[in-house]
Amino acid sequence: MKQLFVFIRKEFYHVFRDRRTLLILFGMPIVQIILFGYALSSEVKNIGITVLDNSHDIQSEQIISKIQSSSYFQMQEPSLNYPDIERQFREGNIKCAVIFPVNFGADLYTTNGAQIRIIADASDPNTATILTNYLNAMIADYLQQLNPNIQPSYQIIPEMRQLYNEEQNGSLNFIPGVIALIFMIVSTALTSVAVVREKELGTMEILLVSPFKPVMVLVAKAIPYLVLSLVNFIIILLLSVYLLDVEIRGSLVLLFAESILFIITCLSLGLLISNVTNSQQTAMLISMMGMMLPTLLLTGFMFPVENMPIVFQVISRILPSRYYYDIVKAVMLKGLGFRYVWKETLILLIMSVGLLALALKKFKIRLS
Amino acid sequence: MENKAIICRDLTKQFGDFKAVDSISFDVDQGEIFGFLGANGAGKTTAMRILCGLSYPTSGTALVAGFNVYKQQEQIKKNIGYMSQKFSLYDNLTILENIEFYGGVYGVSRKDIKTRSTELVSTLGLENEAKKLVGSLPLGWKQKLAFSVAVFHRPKIVFLDEPTGGVDPITRRQFWDMIYQAAADGITVFVTTHYMDEAEYCNRISVMVDGRVEAMDTPSNLKKKFNTHSMDDVFYELARGAKRSGD
Repeated sequence: MKQLFVFIRKEFYHVFRDRRTLLILFGMPIVQIILFGYALSSEVKNIGITVLDNSHDIQSEQIISKIQSSSYFQMQEPSLNYPDIERQFREGNIKCAVIFPVNFGADLYTTNGAQIRIIADASDPNTATILTNYLNAMIADYLQQLNPNIQPSYQIIPEMRQLYNEEQNGSLNFIPGVIALIFMIVSTALTSVAVVREKELGTMEILLVSPFKPVMVLVAKAIPYLVLSLVNFIIILLLSVYLLDVEIRGSLVLLFAESILFIITCLSLGLLISNVTNSQQTAMLISMMGMMLPTLLLTGFMFPVENMPIVFQVISRILPSRYYYDIVKAVMLKGLGFRYVWKETLILLIMSVGLLALALKKFKIRLS
Repeated sequence: MENKAIICRDLTKQFGDFKAVDSISFDVDQGEIFGFLGANGAGKTTAMRILCGLSYPTSGTALVAGFNVYKQQEQIKKNIGYMSQKFSLYDNLTILENIEFYGGVYGVSRKDIKTRSTELVSTLGLENEAKKLVGSLPLGWKQKLAFSVAVFHRPKIVFLDEPTGGVDPITRRQFWDMIYQAAADGITVFVTTHYMDEAEYCNRISVMVDGRVEAMDTPSNLKKKFNTHSMDDVFYELARGAKRSGD
């Protein structure tokens, strides 16, 4: 099909000569991965902490040195009084503070035990909880060190395992979500804009008069973006593995196959959108606002969908990205095989076929 | 009848109650330059679309390059060329890339594309610009280039939809030289225009009013018939009774 090849070659010329398209195509994924991966990592490390030590005995100093040697905390200037602590909170240098009362060590060995005050900045409640938990654990550990020979009568020792993410790598969750987002942008938005561009420029008419079969116009528009999406996908995978230390547990082949399926779903969506408007701006707007916003919010990688009102949960079920996200999590992060994702795959397949058929039908109707 | 480029009999296109094209009949000879005139809304574009194989007529018959507009639209498309005012060529492709694209779409062989494009570029005097983006060319050049691309695959008929809009008189003159050359090479030219002086350049013209063909003859015969000196006046006489306006 020499015609098709000639058309696709022209499309690639268009893509590579349009600065804005190139920026979106290649710049965005890289920026997003780095952003999500590094900057927004929800891991808690090197948190600023201050200590107000009113007691200055061995015990308090032992605990303080424990805190100092922990990689979770970064000790800031020690405080002399409460206003000091407040000032450091306000300035944002610290996220928590530990205060030892007078006679801390002495109290430890007498009746009811000693007290410690822990203050945490709860404007980010998640982090605050994690910090107080760390400190509690450290204190419990210290106590254990003090009482090596005394075993309490009954013990329950919980053993913790963080399944699929031992290192508590916060960025893992985002990667399937970012991939879905990128495909949406590239395949849906750019494809719909590409088709509409022909209509806007008036070249669509010329193409329709030519012996080029109209349906082939859609195919030829979609193929470059299929290829470019896959290239993007590979870049993201490489970045994730080498930059963010993510391990791809499942079959790469399955991952690719599913990705191609999802890309086709997005392309069909893009083609459908291109039918309803003659303006590139509108096409871009519908794709971005209509598709990307729900994808961002309701796929489940930023916020848990289970906590949302029923309305949103239902909408989430209509989004193809939601199923792709589940598939990628299963295959890439959990290493599961096709047996576990066949249902989602089937749903995506039905969506693709349906959307494609609709897009072609609408396109044909507009022609006559 | 075989050697007529276009034959129409009672061609009609109806949208509900509205007859955009109302039973028009005419013939166009091969190698003729045929001017298809009419006010906005008269039905020119609709009629052209049918002849180009872009839409089906409601009733009536038409043969374009010997092919039936109902059953052989694909064949029609292979044998015609098309150029419109709205669109010239892809702005962010070079001249050569545009030629290669359209040549490929119309099934011209690679060898022929090579030889003809060199010819085309030198005839237009654009050797230095061949690798430049079309967007950087002035409008007049783009139009001339678009015409050359429209006849690149040596079609039997070329349809020109207001091809010289927005272009200065000298360039228009040069454009019409190209049209004459194409006609001399045996290509039938079917052109619509609003410029009445261009109507004079045609072998024959027809004027559509409210979906019907109200006049069809050579420019000089029409001027005699309406007793005027210019095509402007002929057109005015015919079109002022029109009930429709605006496409």
